Amino acid sequence: MSATATATAAHDHHDHGDHGHHHKETFITKYIFSQDHKMIAKQFLITGLVMGTIGILMSILFRIQLAWPEESSWVFELFLGDKYATDGVMNPDAYLALVTIHGTIMVFFVLTAGLSGTFSNLLIPLQIGARDMASGFMNMLSYWIFFISSVIMLSSLFVESGPASAGWTIYPPLSALPEAIPGSGTGMTLWLVSMALFIAQSLMGSLNYIVTVINLRTEGMSMTRLPLTIWALFVTAIIGVVSFPVLLSAALMLIMDRSFGTSFFLSDIYIKGEVLAHQGGSPVLFEHLFWFLGHPEVYIVLLPALGITSEVIATNSRKPIFGYRAMVASILAIAFLSTIVWGHHMFVSGMNPFLGSVFTFTTLLIAIPSAVKAFNYITTLWKGNLQMNPGMLFSIGLVSTFITGGLTGIILGDSTLDINVHDTYFVVAHFHLVMGISALYGLFAGVYHWFPKMFGRMMNKNLGYVHFWITAIGAYGVFFPMHFIGMAGLPRRYYTNTNFPYFDDLADVNVLITVFAIITALVQLVFIYNFIHSIFYGRRATQNPWKANTLEWTTPVEHIHGNWPGKIPSVYRWSYDYSKLNKDETDYVIAGQDYIPQTVPLQENEEELNH
Amino acid sequence: MTVFLIIVVVALLGVTFWQMSKILKLSKPAHHDSSQIANDKDNSTQGYLMLGFVIFLYILMFYSFWNWGDLYLPEAASAHGGDYDTLMFISIALIMFVQVITQFLLYFFAYKYRGEKGKKALFYADNDKLEFIWTIIPVIVLAGLIIYGLFTWSEIMNIEEDEDAMVVELYAYQFGWKARYSGEDNTLGKANVRFIEGVNVLGIDESDSYAMDDKITTELHLPVDKPVLFKFRSQDVLHSAYFPFFRAQMNVVPGMITQFSFTPTITSDEMRNSKFMVEKVEELNEIRREKSKELVANGDVALDPYEFDYYLLCNKICGISHFNMQMKIVVEEEEDFKEWIGEQATFGEGVEKQKEQQVTSNN
Repeated sequence: MSATATATAAHDHHDHGDHGHHHKETFITKYIFSQDHKMIAKQFLITGLVMGTIGILMSILFRIQLAWPEESSWVFELFLGDKYATDGVMNPDAYLALVTIHGTIMVFFVLTAGLSGTFSNLLIPLQIGARDMASGFMNMLSYWIFFISSVIMLSSLFVESGPASAGWTIYPPLSALPEAIPGSGTGMTLWLVSMALFIAQSLMGSLNYIVTVINLRTEGMSMTRLPLTIWALFVTAIIGVVSFPVLLSAALMLIMDRSFGTSFFLSDIYIKGEVLAHQGGSPVLFEHLFWFLGHPEVYIVLLPALGITSEVIATNSRKPIFGYRAMVASILAIAFLSTIVWGHHMFVSGMNPFLGSVFTFTTLLIAIPSAVKAFNYITTLWKGNLQMNPGMLFSIGLVSTFITGGLTGIILGDSTLDINVHDTYFVVAHFHLVMGISALYGLFAGVYHWFPKMFGRMMNKNLGYVHFWITAIGAYGVFFPMHFIGMAGLPRRYYTNTNFPYFDDLADVNVLITVFAIITALVQLVFIYNFIHSIFYGRRATQNPWKANTLEWTTPVEHIHGNWPGKIPSVYRWSYDYSKLNKDETDYVIAGQDYIPQTVPLQENEEELNH
Repeated sequence: MTVFLIIVVVALLGVTFWQMSKILKLSKPAHHDSSQIANDKDNSTQGYLMLGFVIFLYILMFYSFWNWGDLYLPEAASAHGGDYDTLMFISIALIMFVQVITQFLLYFFAYKYRGEKGKKALFYADNDKLEFIWTIIPVIVLAGLIIYGLFTWSEIMNIEEDEDAMVVELYAYQFGWKARYSGEDNTLGKANVRFIEGVNVLGIDESDSYAMDDKITTELHLPVDKPVLFKFRSQDVLHSAYFPFFRAQMNVVPGMITQFSFTPTITSDEMRNSKFMVEKVEELNEIRREKSKELVANGDVALDPYEFDYYLLCNKICGISHFNMQMKIVVEEEEDFKEWIGEQATFGEGVEKQKEQQVTSNN
């Protein structure tokens, strides 16, 4: 009951707030330092896409090196220049820098900020019926700090000693000592500064999302009527608040070790003919701190994608999502378990084997809610009336890669089996499918689905189809074969495998993977073209193109600050009343219309269901 | 110049596509559905493509296992490796079973229930029984896997200190490995990087009486069927000692000593002459010959033919030459091992020699 009361209070408050929304806006307040959540969402999305383009380009560069090791290429000359590609041959330090920055950019800047930042900002106020975020100013600040953080990360590519190159996990001592690898000089400092800012923006955003969801729901929008997107984004924000500060503390301690002579992570080190003064620290401590964020981070990336998928699949299947309560419960279970599984990244780190047993147990537990989600998606498709819009295709693709990638997690989560595949390409294949590709599919599904809401225009569906099918084939073509070279014992982060003749027969597989990767990357240009072209020339959208129930489709196509021109609508039902029949089962509840928006009160001819 | 040309070509291509899209747009009939929302035709095409895709996925999976299944490492050369492989194969079989079924259901439903105007979807929001079933099945299956896995894990990782395992230190540095055998007393001398000086490259404490009979080598020789207890020490950054053929791996952490124990069961000779390895090496040499032809044509040196040896590699990013940080491992009969270890100089002898040299040079 209290939830409803709060919602009513919030509602009242907003009615009063209306007067404030009509002040004149300049170009700067509207497009640059905007406090409107819809504009901030677009800013996050576009920044994320730009970063994503850079991140994917990097992966293509090192894939070319892996397929044709130490061969000269004009591509390297063009992108890396003489310093990092002497005579057109990629240098080993450039290779390590590329894999490091590719990982960092994709995980944090694209899949955390680009995905969760975009859709939390866009959807939370719109789908819960709020005029804006709880704090528009903090929201603006969050974006601009993210922007600065991105600029710093990119600027680190141009420093003399090269960008950070100790892997995206930046394990010390390698990341702490410029003597150990050149990238651990200025490049690493910039990496740490950039990440500290990134964490600050993430916390600002997350706190804002949490407060908004708890306090600003419109009348009737109880927690159990929230669309699953909001549940996912809400829980994502909570995980972020719990785990990101731990990474910040690790980063700060690393900064102290690097610059102020402390020894949190360093001990007994002899390098370049000299013994260092550091004594008593432990790199394993860093691993614990890093993965205490690092693993929940997987779900920070994945849950928004799953939330988007739930909404897109239900809408396009013209069916309620199957097992709404089970879906919410599994989101909560995943969130809880995600914070107690970090040790499965450290089975062979030298920590006590007993801890390994505990983490195996918790890790395999997390497979249960994940399995429930996958089965529920499949059941939602069953006996639906599937509308194959591009967003729907990407959602189905997500379920597919989520299953494929998730299943191999059973091998990696098992401490015994991890011994021999740890840090091989098997791991790379696993996490790219389960969090990389799946989350990217979620991002694409969201963009195709909510593009009309963001830009008031439609994206071209045929280009969307081309984009999906080539991406789907390419992504499996890249990552399915990759499991096998991992099983052959091929370690990741090797500049070339030619020093081990035993790996010579893997060269063909590597070429195949690279060819698929290049095709997949190129077809993203179709998406970018479609995206930009549609912003300006796309067909104008109608108010509710997908015939969806959620509140965002009750707002006008033209964006206004405050979202709804008049009163905020009240909510009378959950968001999944698709194809609901009337009591006599003769027709839909609203005759001839297979959906009932949340703003429609309970009809006389329908049965009330408890979800 | 090339760059400029490429930019011009790309720009022209862009203009071409732009013009083509204009032409296509103009040539479209007026009543054309341009709503950009999937219509029945799209639903049908995409539905069939879904079916096509699951077939593609099956072919890809089948092709991968058929073609690359034998890339999996040869029979495990350690005592615990057999258990490891069994667990691995059970897990893979289980995973592939679930994979084949769920992917089929997903794409088949996407095909079967593709939308049509006027078709009614089934309002089916909940079924506690179903939810229960697909919660409990993973619970049971995973419980089995967890229990099996944990038994194997504790068998591998719990090291009985009183066992008569041979103690060997593996010492990692940028970018190589050294092995230190503990000698007659089977006890390693104390060590710390602060003692590194001259011939004492591993930082062994010269005042420790256990240290003098230690033997430092650059190859790792192991007697077959004898348990070995490895103690890992790093000089500089994190490394990981990865023994793929023995299904063993442990990180090497500066500031602490980590350990792993296993018993090698197949000698290098036996492995080299096993059917798997003979075929594999033949294939590898075929690839190397092909490559050599190319190299020689370009005026480079041809590749040496490959002969199999066990190896240890670094599996934790450790710097620029991480990709080439390896050590040869030789597993041999006990008498061969004894002969080899007998030929190696002890640490004490090395220190003596250095002192003598210093004396001579001082004179």
